[in-house]
Amino acid sequence: MKNIRPIIEINHLSYRYERENVLEDINLIVHKGAFLGIVGPNGSGKSTLLKLILGLLRPQNGEIRLFGEDIKQFKDQHKIGFVSQKANSFNSGFPATVYEVVSSGLTKKIGMLRFHKNEDSLKIKKAIAAVGMEKFVDRNIGELSGGQQQRVFIARALVSDPELLILDEPTVGVDAENVHSFYEMLSKLNRDGITLIMVTHDIGAISDKVTNVACLNKALHFHGTSHEFETEKTNGMSDIYGHGVHLLNHDHHHEHEGAQL
Amino acid sequence: MISGILQYEFLQNAFFSGIIIGLIAPLLGVFIVVRRLSLIADALSHVALAGIAASLFMGKNFAFFSGLNPLYMGMAFSVGGAIFIEKLRTVYKHYQELAIPIILSGGIGLSVIFISLADGFNTDLFSYLFGSVSAVSRADLWTIIAISIFVLLTIFLMYKELFLLSFDEEYAKATGIAAKTIHFIFIVMVALVIAASMRVVGILLVSSLMTLPVAASIRLSRGFKQTILFSVIFGEASVIGGLFLSYYLDLAPGGTIVMIAVLILLVTVLIKKLSNLRAV
Repeated sequence: MKNIRPIIEINHLSYRYERENVLEDINLIVHKGAFLGIVGPNGSGKSTLLKLILGLLRPQNGEIRLFGEDIKQFKDQHKIGFVSQKANSFNSGFPATVYEVVSSGLTKKIGMLRFHKNEDSLKIKKAIAAVGMEKFVDRNIGELSGGQQQRVFIARALVSDPELLILDEPTVGVDAENVHSFYEMLSKLNRDGITLIMVTHDIGAISDKVTNVACLNKALHFHGTSHEFETEKTNGMSDIYGHGVHLLNHDHHHEHEGAQL
Repeated sequence: MISGILQYEFLQNAFFSGIIIGLIAPLLGVFIVVRRLSLIADALSHVALAGIAASLFMGKNFAFFSGLNPLYMGMAFSVGGAIFIEKLRTVYKHYQELAIPIILSGGIGLSVIFISLADGFNTDLFSYLFGSVSAVSRADLWTIIAISIFVLLTIFLMYKELFLLSFDEEYAKATGIAAKTIHFIFIVMVALVIAASMRVVGILLVSSLMTLPVAASIRLSRGFKQTILFSVIFGEASVIGGLFLSYYLDLAPGGTIVMIAVLILLVTVLIKKLSNLRAV
């Protein structure tokens, strides 16, 4: 495995907003085929790390390499699919059908001043089918449930054939009974060869779903396979967030204390 | 009016300008509404007013400007205002909506100064404020045609980028499209369409032609393309109906056009209510 070029390689990455350190000396490697869960409490720098990987923020210290290339030179954004925290950036009254939303995922790949071709509509339908939403192709996105919308956004990310799919808190807004089938779908995508990175604050939910776990609280406090993670967790030895208490009761009130450590 | 259109050049000008505006204002309006930028159209129309007032004032006092169509100066001001709004939005990152009242009041302030300097209102300015069926010149019509060709071509060529940017700005940036450039072209188009529309509907009512048909369309349509289609149909119905009423009742067309648009909006709300009742 080690001789294969990693999909993401982060070396000594730090980031600060004005005076506050958000990320401290992050080192992280993601290999092809992995399903990495990044867990951490609110304010632990998860979203900042994602924005840096996606090129929405520039690294201040350290480097990020995507597919072996320095992020400053990286031009193949279509290799990376991104599913954002839905509530942040999406106007639920927007008059667009599922088909239109998914087709917008091809915008960059097709390129400026070029138009959709016939084979693109096949790709779009395939991506919609891959997330099990083929019955809703012509429905307005605002009419769907939170979980269905999230599936549509995954289809939008899949339509450009990404090798890496990044999901930011994808189960927020997905009702409890659908969370399981949602993770099933992600696992299937992973088996089909797509590398996945999923950010979540829900530490309990993920260790049996993912192959690797990284615990983030400004710095990386744990990075290993999900099996190692389970062992660490049951032994209760490790300072996974830099503050062992969190792991046991996952109490939000303590998070700020943890952040200071 | 039909025979009048065949007979009189001024009616042809007003009628064809109206048909073009009924197409491009709601078309661009769909993108404006879904991006929640409706107020920017209002702000820019007031900046355009300052340009018109400046041009009328200078035309009165300097021979060089008297031959210049005030529309050009209105266009220049409105595009300048659009660029300024974008600058302000980057200065006030956390108060982006602040750019709108700054530009709006700046535009009105400047207009009032030029109007006072030019010794108050005259009928010319009145027609710019509320629209006119008789004041649209052939030169205006050509300018409006040129603007509409630019706008239609741009939307046709950049439809998928504009759609993506409107739907999800953060995602658009993450995919690596030239979001800033596209947004800039978009805002310049808005400024141009405002300048083109003010001759027929008037400066005070320009933004309504960009928003009311869209507001009605969103209630009924499925998907983005259908929203555009219905918006344009409602826009054309308002403009053509409004121009006829304006001609026969001798009213300023701005008023009649906007009132028809309001009527259409009310009807769509009612239809939606009824169909919801039936569904229950």
